[in-house]
Amino acid sequence: MSYLVSENMVAGYGGVNILNSCSIQVDLGQIAVVVGPNGAGKSTAMKAIFGMLPLQSGSVKILNESISNLPPFQRVKKGMAFVPQNENIFTSLTVEENLEMGAFTNPDAMVTIVEQVYSLFPVLKEKRLQRAGELSGGQRQQVAVGRALMTEPKLLMLDEPTAGVSPIVMDELFDRIIDVARTGIAILMVEQNAKQALSIADIGYVLVQGENRYTNSGKALLENTDVRKTFLGG
Amino acid sequence: MEGSLNSMALLANYILVPGLAYGSQLALGALGVTMIYAVLNFSNFSHGEIMSFGAMITILVTYWFQGLGISVYPLPTALIALPVGIGGAILLCLLLDKLVFSFYRQQRSNSVTYLIVSIGVMFVIGGITRFIIGPDDRNFNDGERFILKARAFKEMTGLSEGVAIKSSQAITVASAFIVVAAVFWFLSRTRTGKSMRAYSNNPDLALLSGIDPNRVVIIAWVITAGLAAVSGTLYGLDKSYKPLVFLHLVLPIFAAAIVGGVGSPLGAIVGGFVIAFSELFITFAYKKMAAYLLGDGVLGDGLLQLLSTDYKFAVSFIILVIVLLIKPTGIFSGKSI
Amino acid sequence: MNFLFGKYCQTQLGLKRLPNLLRNLILAGIMACLLAIVGISQSWNLAFSLLNMCLISAIMALGVNIQWGYAGLFNAGVMGFAALGGLAAVLISVDPVRAAWAAGGQGLLFGLVIGVFTTCSAIFAWRRLSNSGSKRYWITILLLVVGFATMRFFTDPATLAIEAVDAARSGYLGGLGMPIMFSWIIGGLLAACVAWIIGKISLGLRSDYLAIATLGISEIIIYFLKFEDWLTRGVKNVNGLPRPVPYEIDLQNEAWFQQVTSTLDVSVVDASSLLVKACYTGIFLAVLLAVIWFSETALRAPWGRMMRAIRDNETAATAMGKNVQKQHLQVFVLGSAVIGIAGAMLVTLDGQFTPTSYQPLRFTFLIWVMVIIGGSGNNWGAVLGGFVIWFFWIEAEPVGLWLITFLTSGMEPTSWLRLHLIENAAHTRLITMGMVLLLTLRFAPRGLIPETKR
Ligand SMILES: Nc1ncnc2c1ncn2[C@@H]1O[C@H](COP(=O)(O)OP(=O)(O)OP(=O)(O)O)[C@@H](O)[C@H]1O
Ligand SMILES: [Mg+2]
Repeated sequence: MSYLVSENMVAGYGGVNILNSCSIQVDLGQIAVVVGPNGAGKSTAMKAIFGMLPLQSGSVKILNESISNLPPFQRVKKGMAFVPQNENIFTSLTVEENLEMGAFTNPDAMVTIVEQVYSLFPVLKEKRLQRAGELSGGQRQQVAVGRALMTEPKLLMLDEPTAGVSPIVMDELFDRIIDVARTGIAILMVEQNAKQALSIADIGYVLVQGENRYTNSGKALLENTDVRKTFLGG
Repeated sequence: MEGSLNSMALLANYILVPGLAYGSQLALGALGVTMIYAVLNFSNFSHGEIMSFGAMITILVTYWFQGLGISVYPLPTALIALPVGIGGAILLCLLLDKLVFSFYRQQRSNSVTYLIVSIGVMFVIGGITRFIIGPDDRNFNDGERFILKARAFKEMTGLSEGVAIKSSQAITVASAFIVVAAVFWFLSRTRTGKSMRAYSNNPDLALLSGIDPNRVVIIAWVITAGLAAVSGTLYGLDKSYKPLVFLHLVLPIFAAAIVGGVGSPLGAIVGGFVIAFSELFITFAYKKMAAYLLGDGVLGDGLLQLLSTDYKFAVSFIILVIVLLIKPTGIFSGKSI
Repeated sequence: MNFLFGKYCQTQLGLKRLPNLLRNLILAGIMACLLAIVGISQSWNLAFSLLNMCLISAIMALGVNIQWGYAGLFNAGVMGFAALGGLAAVLISVDPVRAAWAAGGQGLLFGLVIGVFTTCSAIFAWRRLSNSGSKRYWITILLLVVGFATMRFFTDPATLAIEAVDAARSGYLGGLGMPIMFSWIIGGLLAACVAWIIGKISLGLRSDYLAIATLGISEIIIYFLKFEDWLTRGVKNVNGLPRPVPYEIDLQNEAWFQQVTSTLDVSVVDASSLLVKACYTGIFLAVLLAVIWFSETALRAPWGRMMRAIRDNETAATAMGKNVQKQHLQVFVLGSAVIGIAGAMLVTLDGQFTPTSYQPLRFTFLIWVMVIIGGSGNNWGAVLGGFVIWFFWIEAEPVGLWLITFLTSGMEPTSWLRLHLIENAAHTRLITMGMVLLLTLRFAPRGLIPETKR
């Protein structure tokens, strides 16, 4: 049984269902990657798992315990953390305050975890007292991931963490994500750079029109000709 | 030399001292409006009536204390009654939020709906206040009237212009300073304060960080109510308490908040003083001052007034309109606490 | 199959319509009954006064509904536009005060020209200097200060001279001496012009800023009317405006009227004032119907459809290439004009212009309550709201007093609480209005007569 199990989720906005039947699992220490065309419902699936959208049907479980009815801030207490695709930092707060807000549920982290985050992303230590809104795009993503890590999550959910980030920083960010996974955290990640992301993935999900189209190990998906042709551009 | 000293005394007496007091009152009011705007994202028209309500409770408790013979002379009794007033205002606001505003929050209503709701609330609280205490003018300042009397100042300095400082003015400025400092300390130093700023900046992300929105909203109301009760009481101490006044005070308060930049606490403070001082500067008759500086009647026998005193209140609206015209986001641009 | 289905839909619709119409008729019937009850239990004179005010309120509510219901614009400056209409009534109907014109007319006009010139040049400078930093502010401010100082140099002595002319009875320039009904049109135009300026200034703002801006501007207008004595006599009020209907005293002296009253066996005095009020009712009703016809037609026209499209989804409408701001300006001007007309009618009915009577509570927020309770977006709803709310605004006081006297009748007659309650009973009407507004917003946000989907 995996750490996170979400099954047959159906959800949407204002009566229009975007997710039709979507199931995603990930275990501790694993990296799961969700890929798919724009508008497939990847972000919607993440929101549904995190409880930011009500489920029409289906379930979300952590360690076999259903959390389908918990509001997001209580899911944080269950060990989930989420970095949304957009507006994922507090622009008017300083970098340090952003991390502190990440540690809102366990203030002790401000003493211990914050150093780990700083060693993971050294730039952040430098810019500690600067307003996060004044940082560059790549630095912002680091703040966003850092903020999520501050909750000491068991499951880290990232929605396109490398959006708008230069290739070099992107490689580095992926390395950091692998580092994080090595510490025993489950990672669920939506990625636009599908090839690269699948190459580090333990499991890959290809989502189309709110449904799982392919599910396999990252390597297997990369080798699958159908997937390559339709979703990875050859 | 004496002329310029006298003219400075004149400015101090008629502009600086009253401006500081009035500015503090507006700043406290605007801070409350801005707080609700930053956290709940709507313009709370009922703020004036919440001020009135808090002041009313303070006054009633003051009367009760006076009946019991409790007093802190030379300070006004109202100062020790104020905590009860603050408590009353807090209760009122929490009740309002529970009964009225929380519903619209769940509905994710737009800002205009909120605005209309807050007008309804304004009616109700205004009515209740008047129903309880009546519409009349009340003076409840039983402390020492003056810290510095004009006559004493004249004797002290030998100038022909006096400077008077009412104790209510000094109390206003001092308490406003303390309250504002406390609010700023709270917002920038405490975890809860930071979580409020975070929520105001990005509510969805605050949710993801495990910040409980209900708690933030409650604290915002508590602070707003406290600010409202303090500013209402101070205004009443300084001028006098009359329920109807607070309906008219809402506009200068909003003007202050908008001029400073709605949602910015620093802006609210600056806006309060900008509005207060412009009202006084623009409607001050500079005739006497010109006489001291240049000699009698050099500039003709007009009052040398930019705008007649009749328009004192209108000045704040004029400034408001100008600001909305040239920089709608205000001096400290826009929403964020 | 499809055919059948369509038929089914049609009958469904037809059935749905019917209860709506029925309900509206019942609501209107209840309102009529309420007025009749006042007529029977209090007096018919009072009932007709109420009815006249209800009609005017309904027109104002229609004006607000055009702005809010059609376009979603929150105009919190209703008071200002109503007052402008009232000003027009004075300026059109009162006879000119020639002595005052002679005393200061020239200086005033000259000052006015300077004022207009100053404003124009300041705007020009502001636009031209858009990229020259802080110089822009200084030059504009300098232009304004110098210009207005010069203006005051001419206008100050002129206004003093005008206000000195027979201060007890006139002390102002007077009007044009034209029929007062003409002022209704002019009141509408005046309000429209001012609305155009205000709209230009504030329609680009966030919706709640628009409310605050219009509220502020309407206060400025009232201050102006209150303190510019040369124009309005200020707080000294203008009394005895001419009437569009006969005077009671003239009626009473008419032979035919005496004859009619004696055959009907009613008091001449009562009958005369009743007839006068009925005349007003007739005229007001005609205006109300004209405004309704106009707004209903506009609502059905493509223009109205477009307005609602913009209201419901501004972003989509902008994307479709509609000039939202221009449409909003149109609707803002039209609605304000209607409010201006109603304002002029109100002053005509009162026979006097009292700047201090313009209170935001009564003239802005109350009208808003009417529109929201009646049903935003529905003209008939606005009319009904105007009637209902005005009726309760007036009757809440006696009813509240009666209720409190009744509820406290068990207490000692001199009990402190009882006296206090009775003394402050008048304020229950604020509470009632607020509660009605809040309850409607919460439980029936679409109002008594909801907007119909077209
Ligand atoms: N807040 C919303 N309200 C209504 N519809 C929405 C909302 N957010 C997303 N949608 C719709 O849901 C569908 C799926 O959106 P989603 O953001 O989940 O796509 P995605 O797979 O994350 O795409 P991308 O790769 O571009 O991020 C889209 O058609 C979008 O228009
Ligand atoms: Mg997405």
